[in-house]
Parts: sequence; C-alpha cells; structure tokens
Amino acid sequence: MPDDRKTSDYKSPLPAPTPETKPFWDGLKQRQLRIQRCLDCKQAYFYPRNLCPHCLSKNVEWFTASGRGKLHTFTINHRPLKNPPLEPPFVVAIIELEEGPRLMSNLVGVDPDPAKVRCDMPVVIDFADVTPEITLPRFKPAA
Amino acid sequence: MALEKLHAHRGTIAIVGAAESDELGKLPHKSALMMHAEAARNALDDAGLKAKDVDAVLSTGRQTANDVPEYLGISPRYLDNTQMGGCSFIAHLQHALGLINAGVAEVVLITHGESGYSWVGMGGGRGFGADTPAGQFELPFGVGGPPTRYSLAATRHMHEFGTTKEQLAEVAVATRKWAQLNPKALMRDPITIADVLNSKMISWPFNLLDCCVVTDGGGALVVTSAERAQSCKKKPIYVLGTGEASCHSIIVQMPRFHVWDAAVMSGERAWAMSGVKHSDIDLAMFYDAFTIVPILALEALGFCKPGEGGPFVANQRTAPGGAFPMNTNGGGLSYTHTGMYGMFSLVEAVRQLRGECGERQVKGATTAVCHGTGGILSAAATAILSTDR
Repeated sequence: MPDDRKTSDYKSPLPAPTPETKPFWDGLKQRQLRIQRCLDCKQAYFYPRNLCPHCLSKNVEWFTASGRGKLHTFTINHRPLKNPPLEPPFVVAIIELEEGPRLMSNLVGVDPDPAKVRCDMPVVIDFADVTPEITLPRFKPAA
Repeated sequence: MALEKLHAHRGTIAIVGAAESDELGKLPHKSALMMHAEAARNALDDAGLKAKDVDAVLSTGRQTANDVPEYLGISPRYLDNTQMGGCSFIAHLQHALGLINAGVAEVVLITHGESGYSWVGMGGGRGFGADTPAGQFELPFGVGGPPTRYSLAATRHMHEFGTTKEQLAEVAVATRKWAQLNPKALMRDPITIADVLNSKMISWPFNLLDCCVVTDGGGALVVTSAERAQSCKKKPIYVLGTGEASCHSIIVQMPRFHVWDAAVMSGERAWAMSGVKHSDIDLAMFYDAFTIVPILALEALGFCKPGEGGPFVANQRTAPGGAFPMNTNGGGLSYTHTGMYGMFSLVEAVRQLRGECGERQVKGATTAVCHGTGGILSAAATAILSTDR
C-alpha cells in the first residue's frame, strides 16, 4: 500500500528516543536495523535495554540485524484513528526477526486482506523516512 | 513457594460485602471518584460494616493510593495501589489475603471507579508518553488501542489451532443471552452469530461485537478474616484460592501469542491453594474484553487442552441452560466495561454464590472461578470462591 503522506505533514505518533534506545533510532536513519545481543548468554534481544533481559548481564553489544524475518502475527486495523501512520485499513504486524527477537511494525506492499496476509510469511525491512529525525522500520513481503 | 504452604491459606478470608456503584452505563454526571465512593458505601452496607471499621484500602485507577481513602474520610493503616490493568482487583484479593493472614489488617476495602466512557474526573492524558516502551515501539505503528493489540493474539491462535471467527462469535452470542437476564446490562437485544460476523470490522479478526462495551461505573468489595465474617450481615463467600502473574507489559513482548502464559501461572497457584477440581466449578467469570480472552482463559486454566477453547465454547455451551455457565452478568461484552472490568467478575460471583441473581441465577452454585486479564494479556489474576471453607 503506498504511503502518500508527505514527510513534512506527518502527524502520526512518533517515538521519543531515550538514552538506551537512541542507537536503534539512529541506526534506522542510516538504513540499518541495529539491535542488541548479550555476550554472556549469547541471546539477541529487543527492545533496547542497558542489560540483557535473559540473564541481567550488562555485557551487551549492538549489532546490525539482517532485516529479514517472518510475520509472526498481525491484525488489519480498520479503526478511524485520528492520525494513522498509513491509510486504514492497514496491517499492524509482529515481525519475528531471523536473529530471534520480535518487533512491532507495519506490513506494506500487500493488500490488507486476510486472504493475502499470512502468519509466518517471509518479510524484509522497508525503511520509511517519516520525518527528518525519524525513520520507521516497516516490512514488506520478501521477494 | 511450596504449594502446601499456599494450601494452608484456603478459606482463611471471606468476601462479606460486594456492590456496584448506584448506576452503571453512560454517566456524564458522575466522576470516577464518585463511583468509587458509591460502590464503597454500598459494599460496606452490604457487609453491615462502617467506614471506621476499615483498616486497609486497596484501590487503583488513575489516582494515588491516598485519594480514595481521603474521599471516603477513611484513614487506613495500609494502602495498595497496584495497577496491573483490569484484573488488578482480583489481584487485590490475594493482597488482602496476605494482609489479613499477616495480621496487618482485618477489614479490607477494595474499590473501583472509572469514567471510561464519559471521561469525567479521570485526570490528565489518556495515553502513553512517546518516550515509554509503548510510545516508542508500538504507537508509531498505528495500534491505537486494545482491540488492535488483543487481535494479535487472536490471529496467532487461529493460525496455530484453526480457531474460527464463528467460534469467537459463539462467546458474544452466549454472553448476550445472559445480559438479557440482567436488568443492569447495557446491551440486551438478542444477537446471532451472523450479527457478530456482519457487525462493523474493527481490527481483523475482531468485528464490533467481538469487542466489549465502554461504560462508566464502579464496584467494591469488603473482605475480612473467616472468623470476623461470621458476624457480618450476609453469608460469607470464602476465598479458597488466589493467583496472579505478569509475563510482559506491551503486547509485542508477549512470550507466546497463542498461549496466555500469565494466566497459566496465575491459575496454577489458585488451583493449588484451593484444592478445588475443575469438576467442582459451577460458574466461571472470565474477563471478556474481547471474545478471544475467555477462550484463552479456558485453555490456560485447564478447562480444556491448548487449542481446544474454540470447540469448547461451540453450540452455546456457555449460555444460559448450557453445560458451562460463564459470565452470567452479561460480561464486559454486554453488561458493562468501565476499562478495568475485573471488579465486576467478583461482584457477580459473590451474588451468584449467595443466590441473589434472580432470573439469571445458576441453580445450586456453590463454587466459582473468577479470572481476569490486565494490560494486553500482560497480567492475569485468578480467584476461586465458595460458599464453604
């Protein structure tokens, strides 16, 4: 589904990055999906935290994820939101990255139709520069 | 904690007062605190106790722990403002059990009041700040509220188990039949499965009639020791088992979208404390913010196997006259849903166990299970109640 909103007109809710999440948002501006992993228990995690939610180690690092994953679950939002990020109906998606962690996103590039959107379908990241400061991670069906 | 130790708490406290606010529904002439207060007064009257008898106030909403006691002119020696979403009041019952059995308090007042529809006296903003986890990692994607978030669990449940939209609709239809028997219910016109499927699409797979109503109202409970309960006005309703748990806060962090893990944990505790068997349950009050939620609860609490919740509710099994009476007040789907519905599941269970429910009375009901969701399936709380200790 095309996003016909002009960047400068973008009125939908925007994130306000915090110290521990800023590298994630900065990464998106540079077309990189940066997430974290624990150097002790070796597990990747998301959303960004200053310690590992699996073992509480502070020995964690940022890395650039592949941007590939699967659509774990979704809903097709028909609600008349005041300032929707996309024209309703649109797909709110839970993406399971191939590195393991999940994040919420929007699935674009496919009709918002339950016959066409399927759990576990392969997806790939699609960066959306919605303002000069914020790039959102959207996903589209993998080719 | 050893489960045997929990079992020692079975039947040690009782609910002696239970009430709603004076009115429920769309009430622009009532503030949230007014409804806390009306319900508290009604529950104390139901118990035959006075405000001066109360030594602990457990409440939550958008206020501090001091606000409800101040409004009621009560100076409690213990306060609890645990806010884990709509099931908070079921969890407060477990907190009351701890307080009473530790000797910290003897008479505990639990209150709820919310202007969820009219938004009167609710204080500042409605949503999450843009710098919170929800504000950063959910709101920018247009989730816009509970229907969108809960539907994410429904979609995965349908994918994993083949649960159908018709099965979801069975819950809405059965609950509406109970509401027709409750004069206080907001929505009392009969509906069919086709009506649910043809109602306005909200967030697939939820149509409008898969979603709870939005109302204003309040409820309250008075809880005391089993000993003190003997001198109260009505038959005590004993608390046989309690549990609570939390597995995430924002929905994207839900460990398994097709299994309600917090409810599994909460239920395990309540069953162990109570020693009650599933076959002993006469009545289930399962928080129904959306039609998928009681289905997830049936599975998590072991009334059926994982994935069998859809078939379990088929053929109007939970309706009046069905084999499994559920949400006999008409539930959040048809009776009332102020935003934090858990209180009303307890009020209805107490009334059913006392035999006060008139046309909708489940005949001979002695044991009930109440179970609620908090946040977006984030937390869960369970209580098993009975006429006998």
